[in-house]
Amino acid sequence: MMASSYNAKDEDGHITVSGPGGGTLRSKKPENTAFKQQRLPAWQPILTAGTVLPAFFIIGLIFIPIGIGLYVTSNNIKEFEVTLYDMSGPHQNPFRNCNNVFMYYGLSNFYQNHRRYVKSRDDSQLNGDLESLMKPSKECEPYAYHENKPIAPCGAIANSMFNDTLELFYNDPNGTKIQIPMTATGIAWWTDKHVKFRNPTDNANLTAVFQGTTKPVNWRRPVYELDTDPQNNGFINEDFIVWMRTAALPTFRKLYRIIPKKNSMVPTLLRGNYTLEVVYNYPVRSFEGRKRMILSTISWMGGKNPFLGIAYITVGSVCFFLGVVLLIIHHKYGNRNNSADIAN
Amino acid sequence: MAFWRRNTFVEKERHVKANARDYNDKFSYADNRIKTSKYNIFTFLPINLFEQFQRVANAYFSVLFILQVIPEISSLSWFTTIVPLVLVLAITAIKDATDDYFRHKSDQQVNNRQSQVLIRGSLQNEKWMNVRVGDIIKLENNQFVAADILLLCSSEPYGLCYIETAELDGETNLKVRQALSVTSDLGDISKLMDFDGEVICEPPNNKLDKFTGTLYWRDNKYPLDNEKMLLRGCVLRNTEWCFGMVIFAGLQTKLMQNCGRTKFKRTSIDKLMNTLVLWIFALLICMGVILAIGNTIWESRVGRNFQVFLPWSEYQTSAVFSGFLTFWSYIIILNTVVPISLYVSVEVLRLGHSYFINWDRKMYYSQRDTAAEARTTTLNEELGQVEFIFSDKTGTLTQNIMVFSKCSINGQTYGDVYDEFDQKVEITEKTACVDFSFNPLCDRKFKFYDGSLIEAIKLEDPAVQEFFRLLALCHTVMPEEKSEGHLVYQAQSPDEGALVTAARNFGFVFRARTPETITLCEMGQAVTYQLLAILDFNNVRKRMSVIVRNPQGLIKLYSKGADTIIFDRLDPCSGDLMYTTSEHLNEFAGEGLRTLALAYKDLDEHYFEVWMKKLLFASTVIENREDHLAVLYEEIEQGLKLLGATAIEDKLQEGVPETIACLGLADIKIWVLTGDKLETAMNIGYSCNMLRDDMNEVFVISGHTLLEVQQQLRSAKEHILGLSRVSSAGDVEKTDMFAEDSVFEETIIAEYALVINGHSLAHALEPQLEHTLLDLACLCKTVICCRVTPMQKAQVVELVKRHKRAVTLAIGDGANDVSMIKTAHIGVGISGQEGMQAALASDYSFAQFRYLQRLLLVHGRWSYFRMCNFLCYFFYKNFAFTLVHFWYGFFCGFSAQTVYDQWFITLFNIVYTSLPVLAMGLFDQDVNDQNSLRYPSLYKPGQQNLLFNKRQFFMCTLQGMGTSFLLFFIPYGAFSVTVKEDGSNFSDQQAFAVTIATSLVIVASVQIGLETHYWTAVNHLFIWGSLTVYFAILFAMQSNGMFGIFPSNFPFIGTARNCLSEKSVWLVILLTTVVCVVPGLAVSFLRVDLFPTLTDKVRHLQQTTKRQGPQEQNLRRVRRTSSRRSAYAFSHQQGYGELITSGKNMRTSTVSSARSPQRTPHSSNWIENMLKRKNEVSCISV
Repeated sequence: MMASSYNAKDEDGHITVSGPGGGTLRSKKPENTAFKQQRLPAWQPILTAGTVLPAFFIIGLIFIPIGIGLYVTSNNIKEFEVTLYDMSGPHQNPFRNCNNVFMYYGLSNFYQNHRRYVKSRDDSQLNGDLESLMKPSKECEPYAYHENKPIAPCGAIANSMFNDTLELFYNDPNGTKIQIPMTATGIAWWTDKHVKFRNPTDNANLTAVFQGTTKPVNWRRPVYELDTDPQNNGFINEDFIVWMRTAALPTFRKLYRIIPKKNSMVPTLLRGNYTLEVVYNYPVRSFEGRKRMILSTISWMGGKNPFLGIAYITVGSVCFFLGVVLLIIHHKYGNRNNSADIAN
Repeated sequence: MAFWRRNTFVEKERHVKANARDYNDKFSYADNRIKTSKYNIFTFLPINLFEQFQRVANAYFSVLFILQVIPEISSLSWFTTIVPLVLVLAITAIKDATDDYFRHKSDQQVNNRQSQVLIRGSLQNEKWMNVRVGDIIKLENNQFVAADILLLCSSEPYGLCYIETAELDGETNLKVRQALSVTSDLGDISKLMDFDGEVICEPPNNKLDKFTGTLYWRDNKYPLDNEKMLLRGCVLRNTEWCFGMVIFAGLQTKLMQNCGRTKFKRTSIDKLMNTLVLWIFALLICMGVILAIGNTIWESRVGRNFQVFLPWSEYQTSAVFSGFLTFWSYIIILNTVVPISLYVSVEVLRLGHSYFINWDRKMYYSQRDTAAEARTTTLNEELGQVEFIFSDKTGTLTQNIMVFSKCSINGQTYGDVYDEFDQKVEITEKTACVDFSFNPLCDRKFKFYDGSLIEAIKLEDPAVQEFFRLLALCHTVMPEEKSEGHLVYQAQSPDEGALVTAARNFGFVFRARTPETITLCEMGQAVTYQLLAILDFNNVRKRMSVIVRNPQGLIKLYSKGADTIIFDRLDPCSGDLMYTTSEHLNEFAGEGLRTLALAYKDLDEHYFEVWMKKLLFASTVIENREDHLAVLYEEIEQGLKLLGATAIEDKLQEGVPETIACLGLADIKIWVLTGDKLETAMNIGYSCNMLRDDMNEVFVISGHTLLEVQQQLRSAKEHILGLSRVSSAGDVEKTDMFAEDSVFEETIIAEYALVINGHSLAHALEPQLEHTLLDLACLCKTVICCRVTPMQKAQVVELVKRHKRAVTLAIGDGANDVSMIKTAHIGVGISGQEGMQAALASDYSFAQFRYLQRLLLVHGRWSYFRMCNFLCYFFYKNFAFTLVHFWYGFFCGFSAQTVYDQWFITLFNIVYTSLPVLAMGLFDQDVNDQNSLRYPSLYKPGQQNLLFNKRQFFMCTLQGMGTSFLLFFIPYGAFSVTVKEDGSNFSDQQAFAVTIATSLVIVASVQIGLETHYWTAVNHLFIWGSLTVYFAILFAMQSNGMFGIFPSNFPFIGTARNCLSEKSVWLVILLTTVVCVVPGLAVSFLRVDLFPTLTDKVRHLQQTTKRQGPQEQNLRRVRRTSSRRSAYAFSHQQGYGELITSGKNMRTSTVSSARSPQRTPHSSNWIENMLKRKNEVSCISV
């Protein structure tokens, strides 16, 4: 740095300013642009009582009705929940409406969101990649190979798939039990069913496709025997897909079946007693988990969820109240003309 | 820099033999190559990477990266850290490489300068870097001296030569150097060839004013001192050529030794940031430990039983070990609280702010075509926190131009311009100046505005004529007439130059001088005066006189000097005139002009002859010659007749008093550190309003011993404290305790000033006194240090830096300011003048002192404001972003599962939220520039460090934590049971991730919107753009196409589509946003409404005035109000009178014919005398 101290002497470095007409020599004068001179036109908002207080009131006035709406909607949704210890038994049907009724199974204290659990899957394999089918990813360990055969589908998530079967019967007053028809399709996301999960080939003969692989350790049947319907078998079995979409929290519910509506006049589920029959395969006692079955209708905002409604009402009220308090404070102590006394 | 040191032994004594390279090579002295660059092509990569990894942040991130590639603990993909890290390293490396390239270039330029070296009997052109110790080199007029050389001989008689040392000490007057008489006749090559003297001297050091050595030649010893040395950095002047022998070369020259180490400057925000990063790191470890313990407990209670579905892997032997691994996993996940992008963004902001400084037209000086330049791009926000300014005087506050501005002749003042109503008119550039075209010899640059003086000259008013005749005769200026009519004056002090130039323009042209004559061109006619004696100037006499015989044969004494001195020696008949002149002098002094009184006397032939004999006798006396001469001078300088007075303006740079006043209002203390004399410095102090008559006391410390200085400092301090103690009725005992207390300092309302001399400063800076000095100085409003050496300047800065914990700024223009500029937190150089050293060593440079105001109050304030807001927001944002993982830990078995998608983590800081905050950091303005300047108090929050400190940091991290809490728990509440509108469940992890991420991006954008005070189009573009880009990337990353190509890298396929089409998700996002933003909004509204700061008030005012339309601005002008009289305050040296009368400084040809025999005894001593006197001065001056 010091070395360059004498440069100034070099005459060739000097540039004389040319007039406004501008010669060939360029002046070092910075350009007069709004950007370079930091004079860009700008909106300069200030927090004043005039802007902040109305905002509070508006938030309050918007949130409270939304909250009430949500709360009412949520309350109108009928939900019926039964813990699956007591197997079967007659239950009263609370449902009166004529829409679809959704059947969920719920698990508690089940950590589908554990890091090692979450990553224990091979999306390439599930997407039908033949190479991954025979060579599952390392992430699947220790459920990648069994008896030297690749597991399909590999990984802890697939291995722990929920495999109870739930069936609902209507206890006809005349003593017969009528099974309620339920659909097992349409319960997964469209994107999952059609994009994310694919069988290795479109070959209808899945048995041949999965030749050379073995079923997950805990499973009773191989993946190609999950269903008889070829559109709901193998990796694209919807029960499987639903299971593979891991839950965010340790207590969760997953859609199991849909009880389709009959027509708009007849309630989906008739008034009366019902029996739930559960084939109990899935062990949860060892880790103090709980199993539940939930029947629920839905509304424009999804399932029953009182939280949002209450939260909106609370936040709306708090904002409104805060607005009032701030207004009072502002009127009593506020500096309405705060530029008057600028000391220099 | 340390390269050369490694292979040199500790040098105790230096042996140099002329013309003997082999001999000198034995000692392996440094050669004349200088090297300031750090790398070459091969060493760049390793050294630069090594340096970069020494930065804690970079090392930290590489450790993180290593952690991430360990699969057992890797909780994030490897790309989340490596992409930003490589980006950072690459950007920094490119910047370093460019910097170093320019250093290489400038080194090369200097090293390749040509100089003439005597090699094997002939002069050869050699590059500077090839000049070696012991070489004999030839210098020509106006050349830079290539190394520290011993002067051997010169073109001038007696081996004299003149140098300008402006680069070294900032003094612009010429200095004389003289070769040893034995070497001064070695004028030709062959003699020089045979010269084989050996110099034994001190080892390299940084003392510019001292040199001790001995020349051994032809079996004789000759002592050497500084008067025989030409130092690197000087320029040869008025000397056709000279020869010298290189003693110190390259990095061992005194100039280089004085340059001091280039220290990497860090801003206080930088330091604070490092501390905070450490804190955050501690917090990170705490969180890691909490979560690890949680994991241990979870694994032993729940995980152990959950093994049916999630067996422990083979390496996971126990719950404790699992906890240990989890700790590292969480360290990786939570590392984003200190993102790498913080450091890059800070650098980008500073770079941007630097460009705004470079682009500012209001700091562009058109006369020299110099724009302001931010040479260091890392200090900008520190400009908003300056508390102390250390300023050089010459060339910084003043233009170093003396202008003859007014005079009083025979009771009549000239120089003011009046309009038709007899009102004084302010002189501006537009004012018509007097036409000197009648005078072919006039200096075109000279400007005078009062036409009445020229009329008086043309009317041949005898008093006016005599006045200018005096100015043309009574001085020690050397004329140089390069071509007919083209006169150049070599004045030893700029004041004299100004006076002689004035006389020249008013028709009394000083044209030529010999030792015995002075030739004037009086109104076009050549008149030769016989110069009989020069009664030289010295500090005691404060006047000088000449005795001349005019063509009519009359002997006259002309005298000029300090008014008080002259008035004492006036003839009683001048009484009335003295009275009026004295009034005029007061008037001049009030305007800050330097004044001189002029007087003359007619001498009687006989009386003069008697006196002359006495003088000749006295000048041969060995003992007390000085005193004898002084008595004789005194004798003849009596009964003078007053002619008038001159007023010279030591032209301040434009706007200096206003700038100082304005900076003073911003609570910035300005200390002037100058190498100039006490009188000059005080004079400038008065003229730029730093010293005022209404100050309670101006303490002048000029003791010569430690005790004296101590005494003076103590009494001054007691004076201040004593007075205030009376007023504040405080404790009497704890005087010293008071001074330590800064609160007490502020209670002192009275204004004091401290002026301290260089030699006193040397004592005052010793460890036992420095505290007293500092306390006293801080009690005073103004501090002026004069006669200080470059090193002392640095010491003063260092003292304040060390004890006051305040940001210091040093501003200067010359090489003597370099050390101070480098020592201070911020160095500012005045550029565009001849010497560029200060500017090159500085962090910021511009052409005029007044731009400092804009640099600090506008750019500095904005930079600080922006940087603080930026940091607050940045920490807020990252806490909000990262701590969500912490909360999630409690619900996922403390397994270090991330909430977000890996890609979101990678891109959040570098894409989704980087640009809006950068735009805020670059363009935000709370108050516009005019108001920043109009209300200097707006600067104070920066000095008090209010906008970003540990408390602010705590607040914004708290806000971040709160936001993260809400960001997690609101979706948690909503998601625990929710299903989609079609009944399918979407309380899955991916939908959860997308919801939280979207809420986060929206909350962060709203928050930045609230923090932005100045919404330019760019801000709009970036904020809305970032949101758009977020959604675009979100959908792109979760599209079928991306999944089709890399199924395992983009597992979020379709989540965004499914999730964001739900009304309830949007309701959650809306709720989260409102809940996160509203509390902060309410708090800031209350703060503005109830406790508005000055900034808020000015903002409010700014908005109301904008609505009302622009108001007229009246710029306050600071008027000087001083009635102080300044005297002969020249940077004048005595001894020049003798130099002239001896004729030694004239060309040999003219002198030899004119030398008169009887003068020889007198003149033989002049050099001795002069050097002796000079030594007295130099021990304090240089």
